[in-house]
Amino acid sequence: MYVYDEYDQRIVEDRVKQFRDQTRRYLAGELSGEEYRPLRLQNGLYIQRYAPMLRIAVPYGLLSSRQVRKLAQIARDYDKGYAHISTRQNVQFNWPALEDVPEILAELATVQMHAIQTSGNCIRNTTTDQFAGVARDERVDPRPWCEIIRQWSTFHPEFAHLPRKFKIAVNGSAQDRAAIEVHDIGLEALHNEAGELGFRVSVGGGLGRTPIVGSFINEFLPWRHLLSYLEAILRVYNRYGRRDNKYKARIKILVKALTPEVFAERVHAEWAHLEDGPLTLTDAEVQRVSQHFIDPAYKALDDQDDALAHLDAEHPGFARWRSRNVVAHKKPGYAAVTLSLKPTGAAPGDITDKQLDALADLADRYSFGEVRNSHEQNIILADVEQAQLFTLWGELREAGFATPNVGLLTDVICCPGGDFCSLANAKSIPVAEAIQRRFDDLDYLFDIGDLDLNISGCMNACGHHHVGHIGILGVDKKGQEFYQVSLGGDAGREASLAQILGPSFAQDEMADVIDRIIKVYVENRTEDERFLDTFRRVGIDPFKERVYAANH
Amino acid sequence: MQRIIKDGRIIDETWHTLAKDATLEGMSNCDDLIVPLALWRDHAHALKARDGGLGVWLDADEEIEEIADQLEHFQVIALNFPAFTDGRHSSTAYLLRQRYGYQGEVRAIGDVLRDQLFALRRCGFDAFALREDRDPEDALKAFDDFAEVYQASSDQPLPLFRRRA
Repeated sequence: MYVYDEYDQRIVEDRVKQFRDQTRRYLAGELSGEEYRPLRLQNGLYIQRYAPMLRIAVPYGLLSSRQVRKLAQIARDYDKGYAHISTRQNVQFNWPALEDVPEILAELATVQMHAIQTSGNCIRNTTTDQFAGVARDERVDPRPWCEIIRQWSTFHPEFAHLPRKFKIAVNGSAQDRAAIEVHDIGLEALHNEAGELGFRVSVGGGLGRTPIVGSFINEFLPWRHLLSYLEAILRVYNRYGRRDNKYKARIKILVKALTPEVFAERVHAEWAHLEDGPLTLTDAEVQRVSQHFIDPAYKALDDQDDALAHLDAEHPGFARWRSRNVVAHKKPGYAAVTLSLKPTGAAPGDITDKQLDALADLADRYSFGEVRNSHEQNIILADVEQAQLFTLWGELREAGFATPNVGLLTDVICCPGGDFCSLANAKSIPVAEAIQRRFDDLDYLFDIGDLDLNISGCMNACGHHHVGHIGILGVDKKGQEFYQVSLGGDAGREASLAQILGPSFAQDEMADVIDRIIKVYVENRTEDERFLDTFRRVGIDPFKERVYAANH
Repeated sequence: MQRIIKDGRIIDETWHTLAKDATLEGMSNCDDLIVPLALWRDHAHALKARDGGLGVWLDADEEIEEIADQLEHFQVIALNFPAFTDGRHSSTAYLLRQRYGYQGEVRAIGDVLRDQLFALRRCGFDAFALREDRDPEDALKAFDDFAEVYQASSDQPLPLFRRRA
């Protein structure tokens, strides 16, 4: 992974000093709450329902074991012993004291971490595929490009106060696991027919209050022009994005208002001034960054299909786990393993300090000392020898990471909701738990198969409910918490937005509602048909009829 | 007398910034004036004929393109921040310096606070009329916030990746 040089380190340390002084001035009354607010937000510090929440940046989801140990220590020393993996691959602490935050940042800086631009109206953490660099279907490793974007976007002087937050995602695989089409800018790295590397550029996708799938405005941008082109998009947005209404301030509204064609013309007119200027990327820089992402010292191994099949037969639990939580790796004899943070009874994405320490230890022993956070709020050991999968499974069970539910109904994407977040209309964690408890029969859960259930506690959509196969949105109805259900969303390639099923439900109805939806699927599916495909074939009506049937 | 930051030092203000609805009526001939864009739009000839210095100020929703071919008439271009979180004029300052080659003073006015100065200077501002309740002396410290930066902008022609040792 990327390792800071003296420049990167200096910038992060200067940021700690700057924020320490800003916080001191706020506490001394020299800065008003209103003035301090954008400053703290740009450092990931929210004032929450019970305590501040600090969001730590995990650039494109990558962490070293040393960094994981530091997070464990911070969870112990400054929080209540746990951390939360967010849907943007970041890490959140829910209970730090505001006075301690500068010290936490100083601790993070010792392991090349920070909280820069994890909130606020600026360019946020660039996200990517959690299997970047190891996926079998990968065409281009997105990680060097994410790092190049990270550096360009860090304290960009011109884009410090955008109309609204701005999110960039990069995908380099056949399958889109980075959900690029629902980002402000989505970049698909690919090679053209001449074999040259470049990017297909989407703009104006997003979730939130007005979910929109992005529009591709450039089918092939040669890699050298990546930063100048991003700068052109951001300049057009910074100047012309709406600032009079925060709900209409995202770039998607501008793109829609102008039409994607006119927006593209504006970007290209701006870019004409920048093309081949100093922002043009150099071979030397791409090489410098890329050398941090070369393959680790893989052994020459063979795939272990027979041995694993034998273990499967002896240990059905292992077989189940392997079928859901282990995916193919580009190197023979290796596999990528997802550690589920979705056991029933724990808030989705939460991880304790002890688990973090155990994770760091597992990473060192099984996976070259690195882990990745996924936007589904799980953790990945990306480089595990297949011959070690069985012993690893044993260790994962002890640490509480082996719930065999990755990609299943109970692998819920869920925001912190009304239990923590002051923006939320409704709680989300208890709904996730009620559904997990209802679907506690593993055989039934496996039979239902691939299903993304996404829960957001409000229309800011941190739980990505618009792109869940089943989406749940917390709404406020006359001071009561209700839940709106939608079906048919998908964040992958050819992304689609979910359709609302109908009137919302009370919290205690939710497990029943999901149960009825699943029954309609099971009765209507053809062999091996996924929930999403059945939905797309039969439409929303059968689901509507069953869920709102008078006799329940 | 208000004091402003100019080129990293504190100086006494000698310019008068006219309100957005100002007219020519009773206007001094000799004072150095920063006039609103609308006044310039309607009375460019009269303003050019005065003996005093001339500057113009743009509100956050006014575009620099409108006067891009008239910049030689202005010793000062002031850009107003209705709120410090309104970043539009960061782009305006960049364009003034980088695209239109403006060499005169680019001044930040309005809700201008210490914690924005470092980035604003990078974009091309060289003068800052801080919000009146703030101490410019204290704000000078902001210019030392960072020793190194990643991006090219008006203060630094090359991005860090072209300068890394």
